[in-house]
Amino acid sequence: MSAPLQATTVAPQASRAVRKGLSARDLWPPLLTFALVIGLWELAVRFLQIPIYLLPAPSQILETFLARPAFLLRIGLVTFTNAVVGCAIGASLGCLVAALCVRWRVVADGLVPLAVAASAVPIIALSPLMGIWLGSVSPLSKIAVVAVMTFFPTLVSVYRGLVSPTADALMLMRSYAAPQRVVFAKLRAPAALPFLFGALRVCATLSMIGAVVAEFFGGPQNALGVYIKTQAGILRTREAWSAILVACLFGLAFYLAVVLAERAAMPWKRGRQQ
Amino acid sequence: MNTPPIIEFDRVSKVYQSGGGPVTALLDVSLSIAAGEFIALIGPSGCGKSTLMRLIGDLEQPSSGTVRVKGKTPEQARLDRDYGIVFQAPVLYEWRTVRRNVELPLEIMGRPPAERRERAMSLLRLVGLGDFGDAYPHQLSGGMQQRAAIARALSFEPSILLMDEPFGALDEITRERMQTELLSLWSSAAPRPTVIFVTHSIPEAVFLADRVVVMSPRPGRVQRIVPIDLPRPRVFETRESPGFFSLVTEVREALRATENERVEV
Amino acid sequence: MTYPAQGAPGGAPGTLARRALPIIGVIATLLLLWEGARLLFGLSEQRLPSLGSIIETMFTPTRGGAGPLLIVQMLANGWATFRVALGGFVIGGLLGFGLAVLFMRLPVLERGLMPYVIGSQTVPILAIAPMVVVGFGRMGAPPWLAKMVVAAYLTFFPVTIGMLRGLRSASPQSLDLMRSYAATPFQYFWKLRLPVSLPYLFTALKIAASAAVIGAIVAELPSGAREGIGVMILNAAQYYNSRPQALYLAILVAGLVGVCFYGLVVLAEHLIVKWRA
Repeated sequence: MSAPLQATTVAPQASRAVRKGLSARDLWPPLLTFALVIGLWELAVRFLQIPIYLLPAPSQILETFLARPAFLLRIGLVTFTNAVVGCAIGASLGCLVAALCVRWRVVADGLVPLAVAASAVPIIALSPLMGIWLGSVSPLSKIAVVAVMTFFPTLVSVYRGLVSPTADALMLMRSYAAPQRVVFAKLRAPAALPFLFGALRVCATLSMIGAVVAEFFGGPQNALGVYIKTQAGILRTREAWSAILVACLFGLAFYLAVVLAERAAMPWKRGRQQ
Repeated sequence: MNTPPIIEFDRVSKVYQSGGGPVTALLDVSLSIAAGEFIALIGPSGCGKSTLMRLIGDLEQPSSGTVRVKGKTPEQARLDRDYGIVFQAPVLYEWRTVRRNVELPLEIMGRPPAERRERAMSLLRLVGLGDFGDAYPHQLSGGMQQRAAIARALSFEPSILLMDEPFGALDEITRERMQTELLSLWSSAAPRPTVIFVTHSIPEAVFLADRVVVMSPRPGRVQRIVPIDLPRPRVFETRESPGFFSLVTEVREALRATENERVEV
Repeated sequence: MTYPAQGAPGGAPGTLARRALPIIGVIATLLLLWEGARLLFGLSEQRLPSLGSIIETMFTPTRGGAGPLLIVQMLANGWATFRVALGGFVIGGLLGFGLAVLFMRLPVLERGLMPYVIGSQTVPILAIAPMVVVGFGRMGAPPWLAKMVVAAYLTFFPVTIGMLRGLRSASPQSLDLMRSYAATPFQYFWKLRLPVSLPYLFTALKIAASAAVIGAIVAELPSGAREGIGVMILNAAQYYNSRPQALYLAILVAGLVGVCFYGLVVLAEHLIVKWRA
């Protein structure tokens, strides 16, 4: 057959080109936007003469950051560690409970609507309680808040992924007389992967912001949230903003790590436009 | 035919319970199919042809009557992996390469990796996808995806092949090519598998089958069985022969009779 | 031949009960676990108050007997947060809706402004909330304004993105159909683009609803705020040792505010988007 042969020689190259083009096209507009926004911000602050306690210019924030980068990165790392550990615990538990929900559908019928409702609940309000239970200066209380925040979206997404295979795909497994264990490993789990990573992308940003805000309710002195709140309270806005810059950097790093893991875990999604 | 039937329906009925009361999908169907036969099931929507096929595969269970597959219950036949199935949608797993999709049933049946791989590759070559083993399903056209699904169904050499409108989503040109390819796959296999082929297309049923089972709807019943005595191998020219046309007409008339009957009811 | 009725209204009560039962079961299990943990691990009222004592605390008067009942005070503060969140939600929602329609009509504007819409979200507003509040306070603005700005800021982004995606979701065939009728631009919008975008809009509004409530609560955290459920949570945490039940109550009310807000959006969706189950 000539048609398929022709397609072989074209298809892999085409897809590689798409892949390459995608990464370049993915990267530069956000970078350009970022530069534009920063430039506009800088100009606005300079020419509108916005008082420094209200909004410092990017150059001033960067200057403040460069004055004590080691300190800021160190307190950033404390908060970042809480975010990562909390997210890992919350997401793992979410996956586990989602798997149990597939096994016992009654549990799913009760739990999944509640988990959806939980997305409307300001979980951050649990922070003081976790502080009382686990110690307000202990990292455990922040980890617990982040874990609860990430648990529910992961549970809902992964459950939806695990039940996403079509009736025909399940029939196919039935026609092979495959046991439930095999259906889970070869069909449900891979089908849920895109859903899991969708949830993890959300959770990555959520957990960094959550870890910072949880510290607004109280925490150790050497943590990002506490630093931002105290500096803002005494109108040292530049210092607070430099800490926010660090939060952004760590949040971005976390998000990118998830995206990279996603690309590695799902080779079949590569070169395919979403 | 003297050989005992490979599939046998004995006064089989299937009733679905639904919100608006029971719906009879099949009523009192008796049918026997010989080993190696190519059977086409045809009829309007709601005639129960897919249900009939799914009863063989133990994907559904009859409300009354018995189905025997190779002298066993359909459930036992399924557990013995006696049949392969092809749906209207290819149902390829998007996270597996084409080759690993074809290997899937072999993997579940616990065959060694080397054997799996070799078997999958030889089947892919057979269906003209030899160069696409490492491609992902989304990189293939609809027709190529359906070829891969057929290769997957044949990979473990089942003695029965269930096909539920496998070419229904393809364009007419691809469809006719696939029909010829399917026949050459089927006739080159030794022993030939028994094929149950559900379709909406009259020419497709006539071109492929040894016997066309015409079904009538509501409740689903076997209206008539039209034997197709066209010589094999069937080729492009078969579709242009007078015999082909008269058989198409015969099936069409049988289908029309099912409608007339409904009007009288 | 009668076809089986789909989603017959007569079957609704039965399915409602069947859907509610597992949910009630899970909630009951959680409450049992709560009380069970108290018994099993011998937890004190201080550690984990009993459900009974939390309910009891609801009906104790505040300010040494002079003030309203605690539950009334909590709900009043929850209502204050709800109001502010709703105000910000409406402003942010209208802004987002307007931007989406504008971007739809003028693609040039979209190319020019969309980067700023996205750029505005790289700033983690929740982390900045304390500074917004302090800054607004310094400028002499009323305290509710800063909270409303935070809530509005968190709302407008998902709404802009969701609405724009919705406006673009009309299929080429349905657009061709409109074209064949020689429809006016207003008819395109009113008869086609707006209805097809509603499901997208509501998905965005549901995300925005919880974001607005969280934003309002976090904006209540900086010292100086006097009203709102966030203040109640901080106060209750401060006086946890003398009355631990109040903190649980405050958290419960905060959850209630979030769920009511979300429920309001879901209700609106059911009333407006009737063609979807």
